[in-house]
Amino acid sequence: MTTVAPTLTGKRRRRWSERGIRGVLFLFAVLSVLTTLGIIIVLARETVGFFREVSVFSFLFGTRWTPLLEPKSFGVLPLLNGTLMVVVGSALIAIPTGLASAVYLSEYASPRMRNISKPILEILAGIPTVVYGYFALTFITPVLKLVLPGTQVFNAASASIVVGIMILPMVASLCDDALRAVPGSLREGAYALGATSYETTTRVVVPGALSGVVAAFVLALSRALGETMAVTLAAGATPRLTLNPLESIQTMTAYIVQVSLGDTPRGTIEYQTIFTVGALLFSITLIANIVANRVMRHFREVYE
Amino acid sequence: MSEHDDHLRPNLARRRRNARLFRHLCAGLTWLAVALLAVLLIHVTRQGFGWVDLQFLSSFPSRFAEQAGIKSALWGTIWLIALTALISIPAGVAAAIYLEEFAARSRINSFIEINIANLAGVPSIVYGILGLAIFVRWFALGRSVLAGSLTMSLLILPVIIMASREAIRAVPMSIRHAAFAIGATRWQTVRHHVLPSALPGVLTGVILAMSRAIGETAPLVMIGALTYVAFVPEGPLDAFTALPIQIFNWASRPQQEFHQLAAGGIIVLLVVLLAMNAAAILIRQRSQRKARW
Repeated sequence: MTTVAPTLTGKRRRRWSERGIRGVLFLFAVLSVLTTLGIIIVLARETVGFFREVSVFSFLFGTRWTPLLEPKSFGVLPLLNGTLMVVVGSALIAIPTGLASAVYLSEYASPRMRNISKPILEILAGIPTVVYGYFALTFITPVLKLVLPGTQVFNAASASIVVGIMILPMVASLCDDALRAVPGSLREGAYALGATSYETTTRVVVPGALSGVVAAFVLALSRALGETMAVTLAAGATPRLTLNPLESIQTMTAYIVQVSLGDTPRGTIEYQTIFTVGALLFSITLIANIVANRVMRHFREVYE
Repeated sequence: MSEHDDHLRPNLARRRRNARLFRHLCAGLTWLAVALLAVLLIHVTRQGFGWVDLQFLSSFPSRFAEQAGIKSALWGTIWLIALTALISIPAGVAAAIYLEEFAARSRINSFIEINIANLAGVPSIVYGILGLAIFVRWFALGRSVLAGSLTMSLLILPVIIMASREAIRAVPMSIRHAAFAIGATRWQTVRHHVLPSALPGVLTGVILAMSRAIGETAPLVMIGALTYVAFVPEGPLDAFTALPIQIFNWASRPQQEFHQLAAGGIIVLLVVLLAMNAAAILIRQRSQRKARW
């Protein structure tokens, strides 16, 4: 009897410490929710202050962005235009190339080639963005200038190309995963009907993996949207409503960097603009990510 | 039948040619991406290799390119990464353990999961804004290493959580059942059996997350680490600069010599990153060989 009692209390203590540990672990998991809340509160507070001075309409539809110069004007369209130019330009490069690489990796490459090219793509994905910015500024821009003499030192084309190179491994790797999830029996069925490898890939495998492929595109584009250092270094700091890729522009992210580099006192409207532009950026990427996740979950072909 | 064949033959030749062309196109584009990496590396090496020497590693930044170095940036990065690791690894692994081992399928938990997935897609500059408002201003940590590390920790937390969860999930159920069967509590099972088995996978994820933190620039620019710093931080509350920031600073100047200095900094940064990636791959391969199940 005397030996049973201590084990019983031991058991009780263990149950309590078990509960305590569980609680602590839960707190760490909740940290991520607090982070999201923190982002939303921080962005919303200053954004509300900003919209007390500037109307929402003139912010969203104004065509001049000169918050640091007199006369001040807070139309975000030039920044949005700059960001969209980089997103579209990088998509033109990364989507076809990335999908082609994924097709090569999953449909054509021998295991040996795969083992060589996949790690290289991973290295390409791990290079810091500031390095890509340097590459754009000192290599891509001079090459562009050789080909098209009208190119400015800072230009949207160079930034788009380098962001395209940057998100290419992501597109390739996510599409590769999606294509490899399509069962071999579907390919064999297509071959048995006499389809060539091209027809099998474009009419059976890629359509079968479409949800994953589209989600990969959206995720990569949302990364291009938020890309900062490469764009700041290569695209310049001239908010301009233009469609000429050889001119200097400014993206939303590059503007935020520009303000934070200067000594902007807290509480001024210039200080508030970084939160407002940040809120816009956050909303757009959040919507893109939610769309990507939805697409991935709801339109997935389930293969047994 | 023969009439059919005649009808098909020219078409078949064209279809085969298309298939061949498509195959070469896909292979060509893949190797083009690989070639781009080579061009990037060669370009950076050619620009910066002559600048990387002992003097470069042991000098502070300077107005004169010949005397400039990355001593403060290198030490700043070491401080930043050490503190970030101290903060983010325990927090990330703990969250992963909770979600994989303790959480029931409830609304709160699936909300946490979706939230983490969305956080992973938030641009890093937004984390910088968060860090500026919360750590620099509200906690009044100033533009210190600690403020930078806290910001960086929030940024890589989703990466660590997702990688750790995957590693924990790969541990077979039978190991947990065996531990429960001899009377272990859930936490004892996790601590003595699940975590040790998942360790290589967790470690790989952690190293990759850290290598992301080393290269991140935008959040540090936001919290104001881009100042002229000619000293080595001595405590977590000291001001600092970091390698990618120094590279950005030099690259954004117009002079050619500073661009070459930036390339020198990039070489050092890439060597560190490559070493970390190699370590991650090594751990993965060793654990695959040693796997007990």
